[in-house]
Amino acid sequence: MTRYSIFSIARNAMHYHKDWERVWRSPNPKPEYDAVIVGAGGHGLATAYYLAKEHKMTNIAVVEKGWLGGGNTGRNTTIIRSNYLQDASIAIYELSRGLYEGLSRELNYNVMFSPRGLLMLCQTEHELRALKRTSHANRLAGLDCRMITAQEAKRLVPLMNVEADCRYPVLGAYYQPRGGTARHDAVAWGYARGADALGVDIIQNCEVTGVRRNGQRIAGVETTKGFIRTRKVGVVAAGHTSVIMQMAGVRMPIESVCLQALVSEPIKPVIDCVIMANTVHGYISQSDKGELVIGGGADPYNNYSQRGSFPALQQTVTALVETFPFISRLKALRLWGGIVDMTGDRSPIISLTDVEGLYVNCGWGTGGFKSIPGSGFVFADTIANGRPHKIAEPFSLNRFAEGRLIDESVAAAVAH
Amino acid sequence: MLKITCPVCGIEGDETDFHYGHEAHIARPATHDPDNVPSATHSDYLFMRRNPRGLHFERWRCDRGCGKWFHAARDTVTMEFKAFYLMAELPPDALQREAKGEWAEFFARKRRSEAET
Repeated sequence: MTRYSIFSIARNAMHYHKDWERVWRSPNPKPEYDAVIVGAGGHGLATAYYLAKEHKMTNIAVVEKGWLGGGNTGRNTTIIRSNYLQDASIAIYELSRGLYEGLSRELNYNVMFSPRGLLMLCQTEHELRALKRTSHANRLAGLDCRMITAQEAKRLVPLMNVEADCRYPVLGAYYQPRGGTARHDAVAWGYARGADALGVDIIQNCEVTGVRRNGQRIAGVETTKGFIRTRKVGVVAAGHTSVIMQMAGVRMPIESVCLQALVSEPIKPVIDCVIMANTVHGYISQSDKGELVIGGGADPYNNYSQRGSFPALQQTVTALVETFPFISRLKALRLWGGIVDMTGDRSPIISLTDVEGLYVNCGWGTGGFKSIPGSGFVFADTIANGRPHKIAEPFSLNRFAEGRLIDESVAAAVAH
Repeated sequence: MLKITCPVCGIEGDETDFHYGHEAHIARPATHDPDNVPSATHSDYLFMRRNPRGLHFERWRCDRGCGKWFHAARDTVTMEFKAFYLMAELPPDALQREAKGEWAEFFARKRRSEAET
């Protein structure tokens, strides 16, 4: 692997940048691996990277039915934050946010992590109280955050309407200064490059068509490129988790729905932080290219089509217009949808299953991007050692039978 | 935008005129014998979901019409509705046979138990 640096750029400049080597290989699958990860999105690739790096499991493969990073990793609004309410959630999301801080250096790949600050607006008395509670919980857990007044919020985002005479006036805001964004594709590419360099086979255009079991043990996976023998399978397939787990005969507490987002035409810099308006269901930030990146609530019904319906998007945009009046004149440039995996308590599942050697990491729902490094880190540890990582333990599948829900459905964020 | 027809009052409307009620044909296990429901059964009822890629059976409510709940069969990839039917009914036979995976097992079980009674 060529190490990227100012010198490698200079060296390649002399050859008109025609000699850069390919960033990862495109190998054919070997007949057998020590572990197979299903799904080459951010979470799957991060899992593979940490398996190889931290646990020295380099004889592993990541199989992907499309192209790597082509699912939800490339379809989110790139927000990174860790301000959840429950201790178990704070632990994993803050681990993840912390890893993002050093990720570009770790991977020698610029993921453009930008801790530009994250604001959660309080637009009702209830929301103000709820977010105060969250900020107290976060500060007890050692998170850097604070409540700010509407006037302070206005100083951070001068174009925001904080007048008192609107339907949902801004009464204050929760502020996490080290929240922000990163370039989502680069996160997938950086992990892919890192994993590939450590010997991991990333096999694209290779759909899993069956999971072969030997009694209660995993025997391997059937794919469109033939059967791959393995004793450990990690399913990291987001919206398609239920489909893969069904092949192994495991029921999942998941529904797949479409979450949409859009970007506006590019404009000059107007917003230099991330703003979430949970009461009206919308969030907004501005990309380096100048587009306003806008997302909101998910479509209500089960959907595998990666296309949402218009009313959900319309609701998101109309909701934001009162607080950000200037967006009403902008044109939408692109809009898209991704299939997200929703659990009943809106918390993820990182778990062993009843089938020996079958591991699952899913249920990140509308909040998967921010958790890629942490999720990969603890899932790799779980797979390598055959027992849950301490931070992953509360997120086991059996919490639903034991009544140990990690309820973030009303506490956490906008799109739930 | 989905176009939906309520099988109760016959009104046709957009998806925003209706309310989604998730998976169809699930029965609360505690209703008949509340003392003898294992926690696995209860967790299954509360959280486990049939979530097929393809033909799915679900509940909708006619929000801006008659207010009644009803069932629909829909493809979760093409979004095409295959049938609307009443709350007390099972889907048409042809659709039951078209169903795959967990739904196919469910309808087969239903047919077997009907044959026995």
